[in-house]
Amino acid sequence: MRDQFQSPIVLLGARLLSPYIMVFGWYVIIHGHYSPGGGFQGGALLAASLLLIRVAGGSKLAELQIQEFATTPLAVIGVVIYFATGLVAMAAGGYFLDYEALPIPGVEPDWLRYIGILIIEVGIGLAVMAILVMIYDNMVRGEDYA
Amino acid sequence: MKALKILILVLFAGILIYASSDLPFRGDPDNLMHAEESITGTTVKGNYFIQNAYRDTRTPNMVTVVLGDYRSIDTFGEQVVIYTAGLITLLVLRRSRRRGK
Repeated sequence: MRDQFQSPIVLLGARLLSPYIMVFGWYVIIHGHYSPGGGFQGGALLAASLLLIRVAGGSKLAELQIQEFATTPLAVIGVVIYFATGLVAMAAGGYFLDYEALPIPGVEPDWLRYIGILIIEVGIGLAVMAILVMIYDNMVRGEDYA
Repeated sequence: MKALKILILVLFAGILIYASSDLPFRGDPDNLMHAEESITGTTVKGNYFIQNAYRDTRTPNMVTVVLGDYRSIDTFGEQVVIYTAGLITLLVLRRSRRRGK
C-alpha cells in the first residue's frame, strides 16, 4: 500500500502548481474590493493549494507546509480577527462592526470602512482555509498512504 | 421510455429558453430593480446601496460592500457556521487515541 500511489510526476506537478494557486488565492482575497472575489473564494483557493500537496505527497510531506495541529488555532484566529474588529469598533464608540469608529488616526471615515472590509476579508480567508484543511486531515487520519 | 425521457428534457429546456428570453438585460439602468420607485409606488430599498456604496466605502465592488459592510453581521454568522462545521468534523471523525489502544 505504501508505494502504490506514489508517483514523482504527480508530485512534481502538484509542487509546481501549489505556490501559484496560493498566490492567486491571496490575490482574490486582497483584490476583492475591485473584482469578483473575497474571503470565501480566496480561502477556498488557499485550501486547494494546501490540499493539492496533501493529496499528492501524503501527510509527511505536508507537514513541511502547514502542520496538522496548526489548523484549529488558525481557524480560531480567523474568527477572532472578524469578531475583534467589530468589538474594537464598539469599544471605540461606534456600533458593532461599524468600521467608521476604528481607532486608526489620520484616516477619513470612508477609507476606514475600506480598511475594515479588508481586515475582515483576511479573517474570513484564514478561517475558510484552515477549516477546509482541517476537515481533510480529520477524514484521512490513519488511512494516509505516505 | 427512453424517448419519453428525452422528450421531457427537451420540453423543459424549451420552456427555460423561452422564459429566459423575457429576462431584463444585465446592467440596464432602466431595469425595475434599479428604479427608485417600484411598480406599486413604494421606494426600493436596494437603491440606497447602488447610490451610496462607493461614497461610503471607496470600494468599487458593490457586492463586497454589501457583504462586508452593510450586511457584515450576516457574514460573521456565515463564518461561524463554517467554523462550527469544522468543529463537528473534529468531534465526529477524529478517533480518540485511548480507544485505539
